[in-house]
Amino acid sequence: MASAGGPRPRAGAGLRAEGWGWRHAGREGWAVRGLDLVIEPGERVLLLGASGAGKSTLVQAFAGVLGGVDEGHEEGSLLVDGQPPEGVRGRVGLLMQDPDSQVVLARVGDDVAFGCENLGVPRDEIWRRVGLGLAAVGLDLPLEHPTAALSGGQKQRVALAGVLAMRPGVILLDEPTANLDPAGVTEVRDAVAAVVRDSDATFVVIEHRVDIWLDVVDRVVVLAPGGGVLADGDAATVLRERGAELARDGVWVPGIDPLGGRPVRSARPGAAWGGPEAVLLPDGLRESAGQAPRPDAATPSTEPGSSATAVPARRGELLLSGRGLAVARVPGRVVADGIGLELRAGEATAITGPNGAGKTTLALTLAGLLPASGGDVIAAPVLARGVSGSRRARRAARRRDARPRPTRSATDAPAPAPRIRSSSELLADPIVWRSRELLTRVGTVFQDPEHQFVTGTVRGELEVSLRALKLPDEEIDARVLEVSGRLRLDALLRANPYTLSGGEKRRLSVASALVARPRVLLLDEPTFGQDSRTWAELVRLLAEQLDRGTAIVAVTHDRAFIDALADQEIVVAEGAGALAPAKGGLA
Amino acid sequence: MSGIVRVAFASRAAAGRGKPVPLPPNERARPVHSTTAKIAASAAVRRRSLRWRVVDIVVASVVGVAAGLVFWAWNLVYAPITDPLAVVAPGAQALLYGVWLFAGVLGGLIIRKPGAALYTELVAAIVSALVGTQWGGALTILSGLAQGLGAEIVFALFLYGNYRVYVAVLAGAGAGIGMAVNDLITWYPAMDLGFKAVYFVSAIVGGAVVAGVLSWLLVRALARTGALSRFAAGREATAKA
Amino acid sequence: MSSTAATDALTPPRGAQAIYRVNPVAKLAAALALSLLLLVTIDAVSAAVALVLESVLFFWAGLGPRAFFRRTAAIWIAAPLAGVTTLLYGVSAGQSYLQFGLLHVSDGSIALALATVLRILAIGLPAVVLFATIDPTDLADGLAQVWRLPSRFVLGALAGMRLLGLFFDDWRQLELARRARGLGDTGRLRRFANQAFALLVLSIRRGSKLATAMEARGFGGDTVRTWARPSPFGVKEWLLITLGVVIGVVALAAAVVTGSFNFVIG
Repeated sequence: MASAGGPRPRAGAGLRAEGWGWRHAGREGWAVRGLDLVIEPGERVLLLGASGAGKSTLVQAFAGVLGGVDEGHEEGSLLVDGQPPEGVRGRVGLLMQDPDSQVVLARVGDDVAFGCENLGVPRDEIWRRVGLGLAAVGLDLPLEHPTAALSGGQKQRVALAGVLAMRPGVILLDEPTANLDPAGVTEVRDAVAAVVRDSDATFVVIEHRVDIWLDVVDRVVVLAPGGGVLADGDAATVLRERGAELARDGVWVPGIDPLGGRPVRSARPGAAWGGPEAVLLPDGLRESAGQAPRPDAATPSTEPGSSATAVPARRGELLLSGRGLAVARVPGRVVADGIGLELRAGEATAITGPNGAGKTTLALTLAGLLPASGGDVIAAPVLARGVSGSRRARRAARRRDARPRPTRSATDAPAPAPRIRSSSELLADPIVWRSRELLTRVGTVFQDPEHQFVTGTVRGELEVSLRALKLPDEEIDARVLEVSGRLRLDALLRANPYTLSGGEKRRLSVASALVARPRVLLLDEPTFGQDSRTWAELVRLLAEQLDRGTAIVAVTHDRAFIDALADQEIVVAEGAGALAPAKGGLA
Repeated sequence: MSGIVRVAFASRAAAGRGKPVPLPPNERARPVHSTTAKIAASAAVRRRSLRWRVVDIVVASVVGVAAGLVFWAWNLVYAPITDPLAVVAPGAQALLYGVWLFAGVLGGLIIRKPGAALYTELVAAIVSALVGTQWGGALTILSGLAQGLGAEIVFALFLYGNYRVYVAVLAGAGAGIGMAVNDLITWYPAMDLGFKAVYFVSAIVGGAVVAGVLSWLLVRALARTGALSRFAAGREATAKA
Repeated sequence: MSSTAATDALTPPRGAQAIYRVNPVAKLAAALALSLLLLVTIDAVSAAVALVLESVLFFWAGLGPRAFFRRTAAIWIAAPLAGVTTLLYGVSAGQSYLQFGLLHVSDGSIALALATVLRILAIGLPAVVLFATIDPTDLADGLAQVWRLPSRFVLGALAGMRLLGLFFDDWRQLELARRARGLGDTGRLRRFANQAFALLVLSIRRGSKLATAMEARGFGGDTVRTWARPSPFGVKEWLLITLGVVIGVVALAAAVVTGSFNFVIG
């Protein structure tokens, strides 16, 4: 199993833990304790375990970056090539999950060179290794290329190139693809697989999505939550014997459906054919930008052959629609246009498409958070009822209306004339609503839950929107209890939101939107990086909301999520601006 | 080495050579604060190191960068907020200029190492200079230097061992003095003595309240989020809670 | 200001003009030397002389006229504002034109106001212009290799600065999230504080992760570091610093000779 080093200069390093434990300073419990583990030089290991089993602590210890003595209490011994990790700097390379904090410097070449500089490698040799490193991860970019302009997957590959340039004997990866979309996952996985194939380095990866690495590893080690090793052996054996247990702990085990094979939507005729309905957007929609809204202009036509067409019953009440929408994160810089869609009560819409195509921008525009650059977001009367809007937002909208509206394809058609909206038309646009008027109408769950935390406790997070709505105290208490119980947050009500685990943060961010009972709920990548247990909980919860008549929109790359929930899929195409029809045969 | 419990009191350098160096039982460093609860005390039972760790450097830098961004945002909105003060008493606008002083005090309170206040305020100033403020690159850096130095001197006077609220207030006031001296020389050299006096006192009071008290509260709030778990400042606050 | 603007500031284009190849450390030194010299006095003569000499050099600053005025716009606004304040509250002398409480316009304050405006332009413009072509990575290389500042601090600051673009994105996202959470109608100051706090939490967390990533790449160890990028410091660097000093000295000398030198303290 351990490949002999042979003539190559730097063979794989061996890792050994004996009775090892670590307790972070200021914590009562041990992150890891009583661990005995030997990894031979050249082995390729997948490290599994429930969250909180100390996997990250272990690999950080092997990399010698757990921190000084004032940061924790260590017991037992931990050795790399028979020496403590601090003594063999550069022998161990570590890549962690957040791409934004794995890249150190502003230019690609400089970043790859960073590790070599720290190890005192001579200048000429550094640049030789930079070239080799970038080639090894398959990146063909100029050395001057700004790292800020890289995608998440590219950032991880640049960081990996930097690790390789240090010529490590061990490569440790801590969920390197957790924050990436499927394309990025494949990209990084393939780069790593190639590197591992061509090197003698020992390789350890932590990952809760097992299928990504199955072909790359030859051994699976499962850490027990209390400390020690739960299972250890070849992948097939470990997964066969421990698969069910691992899946219960949230590990994505190939072949085990987190939903237990049961459909979650109770009343969804579309479920019969097992997948969402693909929406074709008529090309003519692009011309509707700037015109007065036509009632049925943007009704998506459905694929004629599918059984999903003849289902007026499942079409609920129209709540929110977009017509000829052009969306821009920064005013004037349109990222997608010609978008038409309708959101109906009790229906789930998935917004998909490649990175940078403007999916999130589209969602934020529908949510009344960003102004549309062209076209209209129109709330149906039933949704807009009772809004008065904010005077300042109305004035801003009028100013925008008076300006010629930029589109991405400005040359295609003459710029539409400035338009005049009546007061009621204006009030149908969520961008003019007051912040608290949004709460009960359109709720938004951001991709990063931490962006939306505004108070110091979980309870505070759940109460804040209810207080903004000026609900009576009893009502607030009742709702907080209900939603916290439903999302298993009741034991955490006094905790600080930032101290929660990833899954808890996600549940809280969804709960804090749901507690105001919005009729439309928008979620940006709700299942990103979630373990299978949280994933299943979210899917079931959203299915419940759909049954209650909430319209749900999710920006997502998650095919299983779409299959489980979505009624329609909107594909935002890259570059083209307009929407491409969803691929046929989605089911 | 198997079977030996390597006690984490050993210095990292010693551990690096592979020698287990348990701490002699009588060598107990002085506790940081008498009020510190037992968890923090158990973690703090070792001599406080004044050497900067990598995480100290990077977090001080990042706090400086974030503060630079807050300065930038503040630069956009401050005038309508502070100008009315100038109408009440010319020079009194400096009361709210304390916002520009919080970076140094905050850095000092979080990092607790010599030079932390100066370094953090300086980084914040450099960031402001790079993204462009109305005050021109080198001048912004100069004012950051003066403001950071004011706070730094106060932390040094307490031998980098006391980070209670009154020290934070004094550090804020020190930063205020630094700001006032620099501003009066650079921007208002030709002013009336009355203006200068009002400006000077306002800067000190503003620094003490906005930069001092608020930064101290900020550290406590930050500690509760767990963001400071790698810092003594964070572990102490959570242990008390 | 957008995140792209921040990114531009972090990796400005490397132009062909000579100024782009001057070591940033020299630009910093020249700007500081000139600033410190001009700060000594408050009079119109020294400021005007400096401004005239500088304006000749702006042609070689590596900025087109449009970029020049866009970059320095804030100074063109700030200088007159400071001038007006001085006009109203400056030390009064000679003929008095208007008096109302502390507000006092006189010959003396008019002269001082003019001096203040020119002085801010003379100090501010070259500083901004020299900073405009500074690449932070090159500056860090210079600070560590030429000035021998501790590399751990210089590189730590540089790495922290790279996060600036992300913080801009965070800031915008935080703003939208506050609207989505029903807090968008409350006071500006409160929302500003709430957002600033959230930004600090996010940044410290990211900073801690970045520190770990840097340590994992051998940063902060005992090994003597090598440098992938050289940071040359030679004739053109000294020339620039000398220019800065000469302009400052000539301006001061002109003020002394004309008798308008006015020491800033006292």
